Amino acid sequence: MEQTWKQAKAAFAAIAAPPIAWLVLFFLVPMAVIWAYSFGENTGPITIDFTGTFANYARAVEPLYLQIFWKSLIVAGITTLLCLIIGFPVALAIAFASPRMKAWLLLLIMLPFWTNLLIRTFALIAVLRENGYVNFTLEWLWNNASGFMTLVGLQPLGEYEPLTLLYNNTAVIIGLVYVHLPFMVLPLYSALDRMDRSLMEASLDLGAGHLRTILLVVVPLAAPGIASGILITFIPALGAYLTPDLLGGTDSQMIANVIERQFKRANDWPFGAALSFLLMYLTFIAIAVQALVQRRSERRG
Amino acid sequence: MADEALTSMPKLGRPPREKRDKPGPLDYMRRWPLQVIVGATLVFLYLPLITLMVFSFNDSRRNVVWQGFTTDWYVKAFNNDSLLQAFINSLTIAFFCTIISVILGALAAVMLWRFRFPGKTAVEGSMALPIVVPEICLGVAMLVFFARVMPWPTGLPWPLNLGAITIAHVSFAFPFVATVVRARLASFNREMEEAAKDLGASEWRTFWDVLVPHMQPGLIAGALLAFTLSLDDFVITFFTAGPDTITFPVKVYSMLRFSVTPEVNAASTVLIVVTVILTAIGLQMQNNQSKEKKA
Repeated sequence: MEQTWKQAKAAFAAIAAPPIAWLVLFFLVPMAVIWAYSFGENTGPITIDFTGTFANYARAVEPLYLQIFWKSLIVAGITTLLCLIIGFPVALAIAFASPRMKAWLLLLIMLPFWTNLLIRTFALIAVLRENGYVNFTLEWLWNNASGFMTLVGLQPLGEYEPLTLLYNNTAVIIGLVYVHLPFMVLPLYSALDRMDRSLMEASLDLGAGHLRTILLVVVPLAAPGIASGILITFIPALGAYLTPDLLGGTDSQMIANVIERQFKRANDWPFGAALSFLLMYLTFIAIAVQALVQRRSERRG
Repeated sequence: MADEALTSMPKLGRPPREKRDKPGPLDYMRRWPLQVIVGATLVFLYLPLITLMVFSFNDSRRNVVWQGFTTDWYVKAFNNDSLLQAFINSLTIAFFCTIISVILGALAAVMLWRFRFPGKTAVEGSMALPIVVPEICLGVAMLVFFARVMPWPTGLPWPLNLGAITIAHVSFAFPFVATVVRARLASFNREMEEAAKDLGASEWRTFWDVLVPHMQPGLIAGALLAFTLSLDDFVITFFTAGPDTITFPVKVYSMLRFSVTPEVNAASTVLIVVTVILTAIGLQMQNNQSKEKKA
């Protein structure tokens, strides 16, 4: 049983004071300052008055910025969906692999998670750019195909035009999937691994096919894991800064890039503060929705 | 949540090899469609990293075609003073961040596990906030905090000038440590603590000799997590770093803005190798731990 703090006041104080103090001073206070700034106004180059105005929020819901919010939601949504489509079979395969294979596969999925995000993005640039390896391989295939066509007496294919794989929205989505895939696979795996396998066997014995068993038995059973996988992929993807910054073009900015600009180049801190709080509210809404879905599925189950 | 899945290490043991026979109904890993998907995913995850590492030895600036083996880029990277300084800064920050985060995280975990107190839900909720708040929001909050509320003195000698970044890193790293340690504490038998106290151990002694040894695997996993989170972080550092407190990711970022040279490949390879070695050490420690327990 848990102790009440009154039973050991000194111990409680010694244990609780450092983390709580740190959290308040170096997390809650900075957040509170930003929150206060979002109701402030620039009155000079470095002075900000707390006027209690809602002007910053009003500006944030203007079509220009609303569109960026919308776009970020779409990009994060597509990323999450792709991660789920790729991640689910991978997690399924790992969960049902032999113990030794399972350990190695888990390690292989986890290792990129421990590798620096910037390095991974940089590695992806080298692969995707116009004189990168993807285009290099495609060009080689193209030229061979072209040679083959002349060989059989057809028109050659003409000069290979490198694909523009970088600095557009597709690149941002590829980058986000690349970075967030482990986030999706691991919770899915832990849900599938805990699942009661006899139910699957029963379904297969009774004549359902694999696809049907997976859709009608496995997916509902793994629903909480799927929900948490979706959440922990969606949240960082929504607030992604580095990937759209490095892989995106002029039209692939996401909210985080706009926020950064307000704090650095545009030097409009109150507006940036309002945008960051809106992003935070979106995050909280996503968490609340997930909690709601979880509770409902628990009640049903 | 998934923190458990992200941090609990797989155990690389060697169970006896099963006989090769027809795949059973649930042996999904032995069916070709899934093998293809898993294989393609691993290629997708690793191909960019492996090419990056291989081409750090390439004897060409243009970096696309293999021209021959060289270690020039490593020599160049090591002679690049600002890059080296950034690398040392990153490791130093990660080191201090790990120590502080493990202490704070362990205390937070014990507090939430052991006590009932008014406002516990609120404390628990705010402890989880740094994990879920988007990095960019925490980054700008830290920027404002260190610019207006608590300016970090400039011109301090190294490593004190890294204080602001270290503080920012601890703020998001220690809640992760707390989550991991708390998951570990769930398996602790509270009667052991009572027994120690009945036998006359003091509060401190019980904590140190009974609770801490039980927490140890959680502490190691938490430390590893804090270290990599700190080493990995770009966004929050980007907002708190000053001109003389550049970290490795920030330095690589600014190098990328100018031109991509194989020097960056070389430096990145070194960092990847450092991370892999650290992960291997962490895994080994956990494996030993579980072997000891079985023995």
